[in-house]
Amino acid sequence: MSVAQNASALRIALVGNPNCGKTALFNRLTGSRQKVANYAGVTVERKEGQFVSPAGRTVRILDLPGAYSLHSASLDEAITREVCMGQRPGEARPDLLVSVVDATNLRLHLRFVLELRRLGLPMVVVLNMSDAAARRGIVIDRDALSQALGVPVVQTVAVKRDGAAALVKLFDETLPPAPPAQPLDSVSELDTHAEVKRLLDAAVTMPTRTARFDDAVDRVVLHPVFGLVILAVLLFFMFQAVFSWAEPMMDGIEAGVHFFGEWVGGMMPDGMLKSLLVDGLIAGLGSVIVFLPQILILFLFILTLEESGYLPRAAFLLDRLMMSAGLSGRSFIPLLSSFACAIPGIMATRTIQDPRDRLTTILVAPLMTCSARLPVYALLIGAFIPERTVAGLFNLQGLVLFVLYVAGIVSALLVAYVLKWFRRDRTDHPLLMELPSYRVPNPRDIGIGLWERARIFLARVGKVILTLTVLLWFLATFPSPPEGATMPPIDYSFAGMIGRALEHVFAPIGFNWQICIALVPGLAAREVAVGALATVYALSGSDDAVAVQLAPMIAAQWSLATALSLLAWYVFAPQCISTLAVIRRETNSWKVMAASAAYLAGLAYLASFITYRVALALT
Amino acid sequence: MRLSELPRRTVAIVKSVDDATPNDPVARRLRDLGFVPGESVQIVTFGPFGKDPLVAQVGYTRFALRRSEAGRIAVEVATATVSSIAPAGQAGTADTADASGSDAQRIA
Repeated sequence: MSVAQNASALRIALVGNPNCGKTALFNRLTGSRQKVANYAGVTVERKEGQFVSPAGRTVRILDLPGAYSLHSASLDEAITREVCMGQRPGEARPDLLVSVVDATNLRLHLRFVLELRRLGLPMVVVLNMSDAAARRGIVIDRDALSQALGVPVVQTVAVKRDGAAALVKLFDETLPPAPPAQPLDSVSELDTHAEVKRLLDAAVTMPTRTARFDDAVDRVVLHPVFGLVILAVLLFFMFQAVFSWAEPMMDGIEAGVHFFGEWVGGMMPDGMLKSLLVDGLIAGLGSVIVFLPQILILFLFILTLEESGYLPRAAFLLDRLMMSAGLSGRSFIPLLSSFACAIPGIMATRTIQDPRDRLTTILVAPLMTCSARLPVYALLIGAFIPERTVAGLFNLQGLVLFVLYVAGIVSALLVAYVLKWFRRDRTDHPLLMELPSYRVPNPRDIGIGLWERARIFLARVGKVILTLTVLLWFLATFPSPPEGATMPPIDYSFAGMIGRALEHVFAPIGFNWQICIALVPGLAAREVAVGALATVYALSGSDDAVAVQLAPMIAAQWSLATALSLLAWYVFAPQCISTLAVIRRETNSWKVMAASAAYLAGLAYLASFITYRVALALT
Repeated sequence: MRLSELPRRTVAIVKSVDDATPNDPVARRLRDLGFVPGESVQIVTFGPFGKDPLVAQVGYTRFALRRSEAGRIAVEVATATVSSIAPAGQAGTADTADASGSDAQRIA
C-alpha cells in the first residue's frame, strides 16, 4: 500500500503543530475553499486536495489535523498519528511528509519535526510564515538547518500568491532520501529538547524572546478586569451589530422579493400554478433569504475573532467559570461556533481532550442560539417588540435579542452543572492550551469563509427548504374546500387537519394551529418555520395575501403571550434533524441522541408553558 | 518551588515535571510542549477568577494551564545570567527581572 496505485500521483501529507498555518498552505496549494482559523485544532476533518505540478505531475495532498506530538492526547492527534504510521484503515501511508513549522515559533515546532523524522518517511520541512519571522528580525540559515536535520528545508508564505513556489518546485524533483526509521520512544524528551536547542544555536538568530506586540496586547486583553470587560463589550457589540447593520440590506431584499412576487403574479393567470409560485415559493423562500445579511454579519465576527487568535484568550478568561459549571475553557470555542450552527460546533468538540467534558459540551451545544433560530427571533421581535431606544443608548429590539441569547447560555450552564452531578469519575481535567500569536485576519480567508457560509445557507434554502415549502403548500392546498365553504380554504386542507390535531398538545402553551403546522417542517430546519408561517398565512388570506407582510399579520392575530411563548420555545427548541444526526455520529450512541432530544423538548415545553402563563397573567 | 507558586513576571528555570499518576498523560504533554529541565519559564498573568488558570510562557510560546497542571512543574527562580534571554516585557519588566536575579544570586 505504500506506493500509490497511480504510479505518477505523488501522495503527500501536511503535518504540523496547531497554528502553523498548515490549512492556509493547503488552500494555497490546492485552491480549495475551506475554513482557515487560528485556534488550536481547527482541522478536525479529513481534507484532501489535488493539483498538477508545473512538470505535469499529479500531487494528492492530505491535510492532517494539527498535532503537538505523536503521543496523541485527542481524537485529532490520534488520526494524525495513525495516518503517519500507516495504521489508519483505508488510508495509504503518504509518500512524502511535508512537515510545516511556524518560522516564528521554531522552538516548539522543531520538536515535532524531530519526532516525525523518526518515522523514516521521506520528508520536507516547510518554514511557513517566513515573512512574519523576517519582520521580527528572526534570521534562519536554511542550509545549516537542512544540513543538521538531514532533510530539505524550504520557505513559504502561505497567505501570499506564489508563496508556496519553492515547495511546489520540490514536488517535481526526486523524493529526498528517507531518514533512518527509529522507534518513537528511542530518544528521551530531554534529549529531543536538547537537540532542538542545538538546531536553534546552529541555524537561527533570534533578536527578542517574543513579539512585543503580543505582550502589549495580552497585558490588556488578559487583564482580570479589563479583559472580562472587553469580552463582554465585544459579545454585546456583536449581537447589536447583527440587528442594526443588517437592517438596510434586509429592507432591500424584502422590497426585492415583494416586487418580484407581484411581477410574477401579474404575469400569470389566477390558478393553481400561480398559487404555488407566489404563495408557496416566493413567499416561503423570500421570508428566509431575508435573514442572510444577519447570518453573514454573525459569521463575520466569529471568523474574524477566530483568525485573530483572540478565541483561546477568551477561553482562558472563562475557563474557571465554565469549569465550575462542569465544562472547560476549551468548550468555549465549540460553543461559540454553535451560535452560528450547532453542527460545526459539535464537530469542533473533537479538540476537547477529556471525554467527559466533550460529552457535556455536545449535550449543551444545541442550547446556544444558532443562526437558524435568528429568522424566528427576528420575525417575532420585529412584530411584537416596539422599536425604541432604551436608556438613550440601546435598541430595545437588540436588547431583547441579547436576552434571548443570554437565556440560552444560562440554561446551557445550568444543564452542564446538573450533568456534573451524574458523573462518577471526578479526576481533574486538563486545560493545557496554546495561546497563539495575534494575527491580522487575512481578508481573503475571511471572504472565503463568508462565501462558504452564504453558499451553505442558500443551498439549504434551495434544497431542504424549497422541498419542504412545496410539500407544505401541497398539504395546505389540498383537499380543496367543499362547495359553499365559509372559512378560508386552508381550514379544510391536510395541513389544517394536522395543525388542529397538534393544537390539542400545544394549546396549553398558547400556540394556535398555524404555529403547530409550522413546527413540523421546523424540525427539519428551524428557519423553515418562518417560511412555513408565511405560506400558511398567505394561503389563509385573500388572493393578494402576498402583498400583506407576515410580521404585521401575526402582530394583529397573535397575543403578546403567544409570541413570547414561541420565543421561549425556540430558546430550547427541539433541534433540527441534522443536529441530532451529528450528535449520533459524534457520540456513536443512539442513547445520547435520544436523551438530548428528549431533554430539549421537555425544557422547551416547560419554558413556554411558564412564559405563556406568566405573560397571560400580566397582560 | 512549584510553577503554581511562582509570582507573576518572575523568570524561573524548570527543574522537573513530575507525574501525578504513573504514566501521567498531562505530565507527558507538558514535556512535549517544552516544559523540560533547563528551560526558562515565567507566569504572564493569572485568570480573573481565583487566579486560575494561569498563562505561562516557556520559550516563545504562551500556554494556559490550570493550577493543578502547573503544580506538576518544579521550578527555581532564575539568576540574571542564566536567563540570558530577557523576559518578554521589555523596559517595564527589566527592573523586576534584575531585582529577582540579584536576590537569587545573594541566596546562592
